[in-house]
Amino acid sequence: MTDDIEIKDKAAWDAAEKVADYEHGWSSDIETDFAPKGLNEDTVRFISAKKNEPEWMLEWRLKAFAMWKTMEAPDWAKLNVPPIDYQDAYYYAAPKAKPKLNSLDEVDPEILRVYEKLGIPIAEQKLLAGVEGGEDGGLPQRRVAVDAVFDSVSVATTFRAELDRAGVIFRSISEAIKEYPDLVRKYLGKIVPMHDNYFATLNCAVFSDGTFVYIPEGVRCPMELSTYFRINAENTGQFERTLIVADKGSYVSYLEGCTAPMRDENQLHAAVVELVALDDAEIKYSTVQNWYPGDAEGKGGIYNFVTKRALCQGRNSKVSWTQVETGSAVTWKYPSCVLNGENSVGEFYSVAVTNNHQQADTGTKMIHNGKGSRSTIVSKGISAGHSNNTYRGLVRVAPNAEGVRNFTQCDSLLLGSLSGAHTVPYIEVRNPSAQIEHEATTSKISDDQMFYAMARGLNAEEAVTLIVNGFAKEVLQQLPMEFAVEAQKLLGISLEGSVG
Amino acid sequence: MLQINNLHANVGDKPILKGLTLSLNAGEIHAIMGPNGAGKSTLGYVLSGRPGYEVTEGSVTFNGQDLLALEPHERAAAGLFLGFQYPVEIPGVSNVQFLREALNAQRKYRGEAPLTGGEFLKVAREQAGALGMDMDMLKRPVNVGFSGGEKKRNEMVQMGIIDPALAILDETDSGLDIDALRTVGDGINRIMRKPDKAVLLITHYQRLLDYVKPDFVHVLDGGRITRTGGAELALELERDGYKELAA
Repeated sequence: MTDDIEIKDKAAWDAAEKVADYEHGWSSDIETDFAPKGLNEDTVRFISAKKNEPEWMLEWRLKAFAMWKTMEAPDWAKLNVPPIDYQDAYYYAAPKAKPKLNSLDEVDPEILRVYEKLGIPIAEQKLLAGVEGGEDGGLPQRRVAVDAVFDSVSVATTFRAELDRAGVIFRSISEAIKEYPDLVRKYLGKIVPMHDNYFATLNCAVFSDGTFVYIPEGVRCPMELSTYFRINAENTGQFERTLIVADKGSYVSYLEGCTAPMRDENQLHAAVVELVALDDAEIKYSTVQNWYPGDAEGKGGIYNFVTKRALCQGRNSKVSWTQVETGSAVTWKYPSCVLNGENSVGEFYSVAVTNNHQQADTGTKMIHNGKGSRSTIVSKGISAGHSNNTYRGLVRVAPNAEGVRNFTQCDSLLLGSLSGAHTVPYIEVRNPSAQIEHEATTSKISDDQMFYAMARGLNAEEAVTLIVNGFAKEVLQQLPMEFAVEAQKLLGISLEGSVG
Repeated sequence: MLQINNLHANVGDKPILKGLTLSLNAGEIHAIMGPNGAGKSTLGYVLSGRPGYEVTEGSVTFNGQDLLALEPHERAAAGLFLGFQYPVEIPGVSNVQFLREALNAQRKYRGEAPLTGGEFLKVAREQAGALGMDMDMLKRPVNVGFSGGEKKRNEMVQMGIIDPALAILDETDSGLDIDALRTVGDGINRIMRKPDKAVLLITHYQRLLDYVKPDFVHVLDGGRITRTGGAELALELERDGYKELAA
């Protein structure tokens, strides 16, 4: 038993070292294996060949690419996005070899400062990988398996042995395509169809890597699963693909956390996440998104166009989305639940912070097809600076879905007088037995609250952080504990410079 | 401890304080009384640094420091506490979290080690217990859903936990029933009646002074101190009113 733990810790440590190394060496030191710039059929073939994919996968990609060429980018969101030149980007970049460890001096001091403020400098990587130690011995040891996606290729997976014993499959999607082709084929593109939307179709054609998770029947995944997405190479589009299947009566909690180094060029990110929950299964999917939002003038941030959807296929199945969105120049994202199963449950808890010139148009869709299905939506938008923050949500009840319930709460908090908050609810009810509730509020941080907190000893930034965290509490408390602590600090950092 | 010298202050363009001079020594409790609109609350806000309250003339020193040069949170860390007339609600933030963060921010500013969760809870429990406040209330969001009396009691619990050198209590007695008044009065005596501390009690009524005996009573009228006396002055005011005094 002891040996077991030691081996596991050793493996975790090694994996963490690897991740940490990349952390140090994110800049130009890594030799990148680029696909030629631009997007055409050859690019798609290049990616598929690089990954030694089976023929069916290549055909699927080519079909998507042909479809994408006939489509147009959506413009219905309340976002102001300059036209994207898809030919002026690289679609595949793999780190060639393990980079050598460089000194901390080579890392952008601004990024180091943020990490330090988060209280999670380099050691965090080790902690997250479940390595014992660190300054705070009082915390319970973290049980998180990390699958790091660095640029586009998954470089490290930890805890694999223990997960294997439980029958849990936790692989990069490229590995899974080769090792579990039947399972992947059964679900890939079934929740978010290939033709779903412009960005999802693009993803189908050029997705680089991502994560595949399968939890077998009746298994409670023995640890939190976590993937770190990092965008590293300049001008590289990031097209992640995630597929999680929870078989009957299983449970999994999955964490997705993101940071990105500073870049001057806008970077496109168009991920697709598909979740499937069968009878009595539960998936908890938590995201903390902190990609580079651009500078104070809004230049250079990440464009984040993500399609996330869960299929609650089974009776009593449940999917819970929790997201803390603080980064990116533009966020276009609507994690949704299709509630087909009888008495299935969908939840969406969201905090979206925008500062400076950031734009976020985010929300959810709850599609009630199953009898007695229920959904809860709690959205907290915080806007500062010149930013715009929009909640857009759809609640739809199908004619045959009896006894559906939905509760939606949308709260907006404004800082300063130049930011905007918008709430756009769509409610389509085709069954008279449904109970739908929608509550919405908009408020400002009052001068009274600020002064009260400051008179007790908090400086302006600490006061804002405290008040904002109070505002977002219902959402933050849905996060796994370690994540919640980071998220609280992140909210404060994201709002830096918005007061005073 | 506190020297206020010829203090003039505006709220917006309107002059409210017009040459106020007042001196508090350690170990003293001073009461400031006066009619509505005399500038009593303004004095509390100016001393604690509320934005929008502009000092146009005069000086304030606090233990030798230029108080007016400090930010509100720096004044708190220097040992100044303002008990609010209308304590503010902060939804989603528990009393415990609020006070622990505030106290540790003050300690950090002073170069002291932060209190751990356990150490803090011990202090919080003592102070809440002494003021007859349920621990459950400490876990509730700051002042949210509290009655007027509970809010004032909560201010006293905060004062006990923060343990300031100087407390400016702005109408802490308003909205209290007789029992609560006694509890709050006992709290002020217990926490602040010490040789190294001082209190500035801002009040309309004499009744709090039955429980907290002031060493000095000042009448604030038209933005200046118009009269100073001992505890008996408060009784006189109660009997004759401010009008009589002005005449």
